[in-house]
Amino acid sequence: MMLLDVKNLKTYFYSKRGVLRAVDNVSIGVDRREFISIVGESGCGKSTLAYSIIRLVDTPGKIVDGKIVFDGRDLVKLSEEEMRRLRGKEIGMVFQDPMTSLDPLEKIGDQIVETIIEHERVDKKEAWEKASILLEKVGLPGDRVNYYPHQLSGGQRQRVMIALAVSLNPKLLIADEPTTALDVIVQEKIMDLLEDMKKEDRAIILITHDFALAADRSDKIAVMYAGWLIEFGKANKLANEPLHPYSEGLIGSVPDVWEDRDIKPMLGFLPDLIDPPKGCRFKPRCPKAMDVCDKEPPTFSVDGRVVKCWLYGENNG
Amino acid sequence: MASLKAYIVTRALLVIPTVLILLTVVFFILRILPGDPIAAMVGQKVPPEVVEKLREEAGLNKPLIVQYFEYLFNILRGDFGKSMIWGKRPVIDEIMLRFPATLELTIFGFTLSVLIGVITGAIAAFRRGSKIDSSMRIYSIVAYTLFIPWFGMLLQMLCGVYLKLLPIGGRITPGSEPTTITSLYVLDSLLTLNFNALIDSLSHIFLPALVLGIVLSGAYTRLLRNNLIDVLSQDFIVAYRARGVRERKVVKHAMKNAFIPVITLMGLQFAILLAGAVLTETTFSWPGMGTFLLERIQYRDYTSVQGAIVFYALFVALISLIVDIVYALLDPRIRY
Repeated sequence: MMLLDVKNLKTYFYSKRGVLRAVDNVSIGVDRREFISIVGESGCGKSTLAYSIIRLVDTPGKIVDGKIVFDGRDLVKLSEEEMRRLRGKEIGMVFQDPMTSLDPLEKIGDQIVETIIEHERVDKKEAWEKASILLEKVGLPGDRVNYYPHQLSGGQRQRVMIALAVSLNPKLLIADEPTTALDVIVQEKIMDLLEDMKKEDRAIILITHDFALAADRSDKIAVMYAGWLIEFGKANKLANEPLHPYSEGLIGSVPDVWEDRDIKPMLGFLPDLIDPPKGCRFKPRCPKAMDVCDKEPPTFSVDGRVVKCWLYGENNG
Repeated sequence: MASLKAYIVTRALLVIPTVLILLTVVFFILRILPGDPIAAMVGQKVPPEVVEKLREEAGLNKPLIVQYFEYLFNILRGDFGKSMIWGKRPVIDEIMLRFPATLELTIFGFTLSVLIGVITGAIAAFRRGSKIDSSMRIYSIVAYTLFIPWFGMLLQMLCGVYLKLLPIGGRITPGSEPTTITSLYVLDSLLTLNFNALIDSLSHIFLPALVLGIVLSGAYTRLLRNNLIDVLSQDFIVAYRARGVRERKVVKHAMKNAFIPVITLMGLQFAILLAGAVLTETTFSWPGMGTFLLERIQYRDYTSVQGAIVFYALFVALISLIVDIVYALLDPRIRY
């Protein structure tokens, strides 16, 4: 059984202009101890997918349909209190901006201790000791429990966020662009730390727009476009031979320091998700568009990979 | 925390020049104003030589600069001088007689204003965009613009004259004062378990404190609403929820964060509170510093007015110092 099995998930935002289909019919599975990256442009729905999994989509967003089976339970059906007990305890989350993700008025230790005490019956002293051990685990001196967030740098704060996210030993860690707000050197270290967290029998979902980073670190990559999951498969395969023209475009638009090749920019913009193009949502930007693309492509299985594109329909299905 | 001590000492020392400047301004403005205490006291029909003798007694015949420095040195010694009219009682005694009434009114008014402001602001923020939110926002603007004497009289008419529920003036029914311990009637009644006096003093303070509280609450309503909405949308609130922290505790953290600017406002509002108290006291014949100050300005009782102003200034300085300390204790980023 998979650790996380998202099936036909639809998360829509209800605005005055209409219904925005941020996550539209997405299915994705995550195995235990697996490192999966979800990549895509800003606004493609990757963060909404992550927030849907821990059921923290902000109003006016709503999970409309689908299943999120985690460890045998469908999270969509859980009560708010059951969900609260699961958050932090079984699914941890690291956020994009470490500068604003910690409460400025509480000591680092207090924030960790509060998280532990909400879920486990331990006395405060024990929880404080656990807090400094956690900080040491993420590469910070244990006495930083007595520090306030403003006394730490961005990288240090992101380490604290990771310590907070794994403080209850969750089986799944979701990291929503954890390195976007950090400089390159610190990025590397935070990514190493995330990989370390995987060693502790934990699956990781990394949300990122950095394809190179995803290819470098993860077991599998899922590519999202305009609310759709358009390709999902093993990281090295997907990076070397992308199937979907959008994946190809994404890889082609990333400069490579080691290889001398031209950058091929992708033309056009992400479509309006309230009024998306008919048929395939990528068609207006697709260099390989065909007549059949006026109909929505189904999801095809090609070579152990999942791809939502008509190109693979003729031979396979 | 050593730096906090240094900060408190610096702040306390800064009170000295503040009070000095205020005192100088008040001293000269009073003397620039037409009329003087002798003229106000004796009127027009007294022979000039008598007036001259009275002026000499009061020290008003000396050059202004000499009067100023004499007064300054007396103040430094803690001597507020004597009243220039009616019995020449020591100013400090007269102030001390009236200060408890003002203190009691400001405590009640201040508490009510923060309470009303925080409750309405929090309700508005949590019901953002609803009709309740709109009504709270209208409330805050209306409350802020109310003119105290007008609003006070309205409540006097309603609760006192028509409904006959509450007294319309004074601190307590004469004769039912509790045994003096702190001179704060409500507190003294509680301490001596004198329930008649407690009910009596509470019924007297209710209307003036409510007027003061409502008028000053508007600013808190707005500030807390806007801050709470801002804080509730911040990442660390989502992060708390994502760690499974109970909603009740998340709200507690949000309130604590949203409260910091409110504390700043409390310090700033305190001077306005005292000014409002002057108006409230005159409207409700409250025998405090406000009525005293107004009366003595009319009689050009220089020493009394100066004394009262210095006293007000020290009071405001003390409160803003306390506010700053609370602020520093609450927000680790501000600890100097």
